[in-house]
Amino acid sequence: MHDTIGTIHLMGVTALLFSLFAPVAGAVAIALTQKTQERAIKSIALVTTVLTFVGSLFLLPGFDAGTHAMQFVVNTQWIAALDSGFRIGIDGTSLLLVLLTTFIMPVAILVSLKSIKQRHKEYYLLMLLLQFGMTGVFVALDTFLFYVFWELILIPMVFIIGVWGGQNRVYAAVKFFLYTLVGSLLMLIAILWLGFAAEAQGLGFTTDLLKLRAVGPNIPADIQFWLFLAFALSFCIKVPLFPFHTWLPDAHVQAPTAGSVILASLLLKMGSYGLIRFNLELFPQASVELASVMSVLAVVGIIYGALVAMVQTDFKKLVAYSSVSHMGFVVLGIFSMTVVGVQGAVIQMVNHGLSTGALFICVGVLYERRHTREIAEYGGITKVMPKFAVLFMIAMLASVGLPGLNGFVGEFLTLMGAFTSPILNHWAYGVIAATGVIFAACYLLWMFQRVMFGQNENPENHHLRDLTRLEYWQLIPLTILMIWIGVAPRTFMDLAENSVRHVVSQVEQITFNTTAQNQH
Amino acid sequence: MQIDFFGSLPLVVIWLALGGIGIVIQAFSRGQSRLVYGYYMATLVLTGLLSILTFWHSGTTFHNMIVVGGVAAYFDLLFCGTGVLAMLAAREYMERNGGGFDEFYTMLVSSIAGMMLMAHARNLLVLFVGVELMSISFYIMAGFLRDRIRSVESGLKYFLLGAFASGFLAYGMAMLYGATTSLDYSVILATIVAGTSQFPVLLAVGAVLIAVGLSFKIAAFPFHQWAPDVYEGAPTVVTSFMSTAGKAAAFSALIPLFTVLMPMVQGAAMTPTLQTMLAVISAVTMLVGNITAVVQTNIKRMLAYSSVAHAGYVLMGLVAGTANGHQAIIFYLTAYTFMQLGAFVVVGILENENDASLELDGYAGLSKRHPMLAAVMAMFMFSLAGIPPFAGFFGKYLLFYSAVESGFTWLTIIAVASSVISVWFYLGLVVKMYFQDSHDTQPSAQTGMAGLTVAICSVAIVVLGVLPGLLTSLIGSW
Repeated sequence: MHDTIGTIHLMGVTALLFSLFAPVAGAVAIALTQKTQERAIKSIALVTTVLTFVGSLFLLPGFDAGTHAMQFVVNTQWIAALDSGFRIGIDGTSLLLVLLTTFIMPVAILVSLKSIKQRHKEYYLLMLLLQFGMTGVFVALDTFLFYVFWELILIPMVFIIGVWGGQNRVYAAVKFFLYTLVGSLLMLIAILWLGFAAEAQGLGFTTDLLKLRAVGPNIPADIQFWLFLAFALSFCIKVPLFPFHTWLPDAHVQAPTAGSVILASLLLKMGSYGLIRFNLELFPQASVELASVMSVLAVVGIIYGALVAMVQTDFKKLVAYSSVSHMGFVVLGIFSMTVVGVQGAVIQMVNHGLSTGALFICVGVLYERRHTREIAEYGGITKVMPKFAVLFMIAMLASVGLPGLNGFVGEFLTLMGAFTSPILNHWAYGVIAATGVIFAACYLLWMFQRVMFGQNENPENHHLRDLTRLEYWQLIPLTILMIWIGVAPRTFMDLAENSVRHVVSQVEQITFNTTAQNQH
Repeated sequence: MQIDFFGSLPLVVIWLALGGIGIVIQAFSRGQSRLVYGYYMATLVLTGLLSILTFWHSGTTFHNMIVVGGVAAYFDLLFCGTGVLAMLAAREYMERNGGGFDEFYTMLVSSIAGMMLMAHARNLLVLFVGVELMSISFYIMAGFLRDRIRSVESGLKYFLLGAFASGFLAYGMAMLYGATTSLDYSVILATIVAGTSQFPVLLAVGAVLIAVGLSFKIAAFPFHQWAPDVYEGAPTVVTSFMSTAGKAAAFSALIPLFTVLMPMVQGAAMTPTLQTMLAVISAVTMLVGNITAVVQTNIKRMLAYSSVAHAGYVLMGLVAGTANGHQAIIFYLTAYTFMQLGAFVVVGILENENDASLELDGYAGLSKRHPMLAAVMAMFMFSLAGIPPFAGFFGKYLLFYSAVESGFTWLTIIAVASSVISVWFYLGLVVKMYFQDSHDTQPSAQTGMAGLTVAICSVAIVVLGVLPGLLTSLIGSW
């Protein structure tokens, strides 16, 4: 009996290490391949990402959803003098995001196969490095290691936008790089501060997250406040939370389709993941204090993103701004600090990854055919591309939040969290955010109507080819999951439930203590 | 008198090889430059290996005038290693540019002998001899391309300003001697700590003057003005060597000096002021260096200003003044040597490709013409900018660590801000190389042996970045 548990645990650890390092192995293989062997390079990239996905599924059997503790922990020293280690492990929240990453990456590679037309070797190499960095962010249990992974993403991403992007790609790439760096360097100082806080509490300087979890809540409130801000700035830029979102439309619009898919589906999630993993867990007191500020920004972002999306004439930009709006729900859910709200936020992260990823692929499909992103150039596409119309509609409706599809679950839960939150304690958050859902319906349905319905008047649109097999297989997996989560969200939510409960209970403990003190 | 012969082996070997045998070989080997080149290369390799042997053999010798083993031995290795890397790149470069004379390598090795003295010095006079030997060799090397007006100008400028700085240094030493009646670091320290000096003002002024003299050598604000002109005009391999090993040497002298001048442990009254002053200099140096680098159009000037900024970062370790701070300095200098030297050597390789090659615009589309060179150059730039997983990042992390530890969070925030500024031009070069199209597509530059230097440097910054523990545990063991 004991042996079986051991074996399953070992399998989990192996699967975790595999999910993290398989892309690196793939990248090395690509580096060693001749530049001219395009087919080989593409196959290596695709096989690596698919295998990584299959490997990551082996995390599931051994994963115990009944506990909030970190599982499959690997803990080895890296830089002994500073107690920075190679420490990785997952809880429910990270598990979902790791699976999302390994799931989206093969899709992103499929998307790239036809649309990337130059410098194949460099491109696929960078994509795999990007996957390495993102998976690392989601599994790191050491603040220093986390930081390294966090920054590791910058280099591949800036190249993907800058080399394979659209017209204005240089501007977008540099902007993306600078924005991210400004936030993350302050986080580095906060990481050092945290380490020294551990030293002050007698643990010695450390970047071990599991130790720091005990240190963070004991830091005096005023210092917690600054540390919270330093971490939050970096995460909010990544999410992006209003008013730090201005890099996003540029990066999204200029990036190649696969780049946009990865940005929307995975990179943005790093920000919201960080808010839960670091801000909420390490600085519960500051989180409670600043919850209303963060929530106000989230709500403003929801409405602002929706309104700006509505007036866009470029539909890639429209989808980009819709991300600002949708990610606002995630932040609102997190800072409602209720179990429903945070659960909603976690599932909304996955949802947004799936549905916005799918929308970007749809945009890419049309762009490939017509080389324009102007909504006005299209109309009546349904008649010539019926298969595409169905899949596009599902993605669009999922993004709107139609019950029965995934988007509804996440938005409903975050809104419920906002309404019932004792910390926010005001109905306005929920009500205003809820109008964001209505706006979403407006801009997405309106866009869909202008692009897909009506008369096919533009002669260039008369003979568009329907989905190719390749494109079909890019969208089908996403669609299946969107329906699955919509119908049976429990399958996924159960995984993260205990982790979420733990975070929230910690925050509740703090509020309880403070109120008790105040009553004295 | 007891002489620790084993510990001083690296010093003895390089001096003998240089003064005793090198000159003779050179006199009798006219026309056989390969012999001289090989001889000096072997000298550097041997000295470097000997210094490794003395890593764990610490002590002082020659009447307390020099210290052996430990950090000083590590600096020996760093200088010799830098020398080897520079020599690999130098031969073809100098021949291409009409400066292929054997004396060049003599000067290079003699400058290294000077640097090693600086690292080993525990006596002000020894330090002075070391500084002068290094500097004079540098003046000659900077002006080595004698039929090029820019090179001669660079050498002359460096000489005039450098002589001025040496004046400061000598004057400061004289004052310290006057105040403490000794040139020995340990005696000076004892006098400061005991407060028995009869002329405390002389002591303070002398300390400041010495600091000024050495600030000039590391190109810290406000004594950085010479650096861009000299670095731009000097032959690029010389620049690569001066801006790395030269800076490291000055810091190797500053670390023991500041432990003498700032006896922090004893809590002397002057310490906080000195520390704050140094912190301000560090902050201004990195800001000035990085902000000025943003507007440069010539790549050598850009890298020169960036090297000013890096001196500012390294100063953070001195500000901290702790053992951690000093270890951070050593790590950062090692990382910095590889990335800065590598970047300059790449510049040197590409220098003769076309007229605009020293202009930043000449790097447009480099990734198409020279994919490998562009890739390593991008790595050097990211490392200089402090982006993981390269060594520059970890060096910065250690420096920030030591500064925050000593309560200088504000300085760290300024360092962070100036890092962001620096990204603008480092990334700017990457943007040019990768995101822009090239004017002419014919690659003509030959990498030759310089390619080996670049390869070693790029491997080193990755290894030090991914496994920094290899070096930190070594440095931490002293």
